[in-house]
Amino acid sequence: MSNGSAPAPTNGAKPATVNGRVITITSGKGGVGKTTTTANIGVALALQGKRVCCIDADIGLRNLDVVMGLENRIVYDIVDIVEGRARLRQAMIKDKRLPELYLIPAAQTRDKSAVSPEQMQSLCADLKKDMDFVLVDSPAGIEQGFKNAIAGADEVLIVTTPEVSAVRDADRIIGLCEAAEKGVPRLIINRIRPSMVRRGDMLSVEDVLEILAIDLVGIVPDDEAIIVTTNRGAPAAMDAHSQAGQAYRNIAARLTGHEVPLMVLKENDGFFQRIGRLFKQ
Amino acid sequence: MSIWDRLFGSRNQTSSAVAKERLQLVLVHDRVKLSPELIEQLKTEIIAVISKHVQIDEQNMEIEFTNGKGFQKLRADIPILGSRDGATTRRVR
Repeated sequence: MSNGSAPAPTNGAKPATVNGRVITITSGKGGVGKTTTTANIGVALALQGKRVCCIDADIGLRNLDVVMGLENRIVYDIVDIVEGRARLRQAMIKDKRLPELYLIPAAQTRDKSAVSPEQMQSLCADLKKDMDFVLVDSPAGIEQGFKNAIAGADEVLIVTTPEVSAVRDADRIIGLCEAAEKGVPRLIINRIRPSMVRRGDMLSVEDVLEILAIDLVGIVPDDEAIIVTTNRGAPAAMDAHSQAGQAYRNIAARLTGHEVPLMVLKENDGFFQRIGRLFKQ
Repeated sequence: MSIWDRLFGSRNQTSSAVAKERLQLVLVHDRVKLSPELIEQLKTEIIAVISKHVQIDEQNMEIEFTNGKGFQKLRADIPILGSRDGATTRRVR
């Protein structure tokens, strides 16, 4: 399944009759940026004109809605769909800023057991009849919620940060994805700080790749714009000027089969920037 | 890493090099799913099997997991004291 750096449009798993791809974004460790990654890849794919539906699979700890800025429009959630209180289309919230971006929010007052892996599978199967991409935002951990999140996946993307704990958990998740016959996942390395890497105080992209030995789909710099754009509920991928936003648009391009070179990360705490900041204060 | 270390060289590794080493070691154990207790048990059993045929130096025996190129390996270093009927002392791996 790993076929060099150029990602094939449908990466092995399930071709045949369906046209959409279900991609689960997971990590093992919490707080590495799964939800931010899901929202931004969703936006970036929608900017390409793709039909995209994001599913928040973190039942009980719903957050994808606020990151996407759609929290005020929730009427039905994923549990309402599987329990038959809402039709699929009724529960899909349309993002009005983009032509074809939808969100199926998680239920906030239920827990992981409210949805079964089989229900998740059939939900994904229904969705990909009408969508080019279905992105599933997985909860942290390796229990029920994670199993639900990968149940319907054709491909898995793993988000990690260049830290010992996050890389260790990513390794564990890779093993679990292979055991669940989801193929070899691909990797996104998030929150890279180039100046720390240069000083030898942060694992480099090469270090992480050597350790995990899976294909990379992208690197994302540690960018303040992520916090600012999340504050506003308008993912960074919508912002033409942010470096992280560009990184996510690059990832989306690679997912749709384009060959885009890895971005060269700008150092935002170099010598001149520090001097500059001194004078600004 | 301070300017001083960079100018004059340092015996200290960078923190990222330390992180990488620690990660590689912890992953060796994670991947084979062998806890330190299990390794201890493995060691006792290996001693029992080998001791049936040769006399070994249990005190100086070492068993550890290390990283090969793309695989994990179990490395056992077992000093042999002699055959069961007592002969030469030779170290083999």
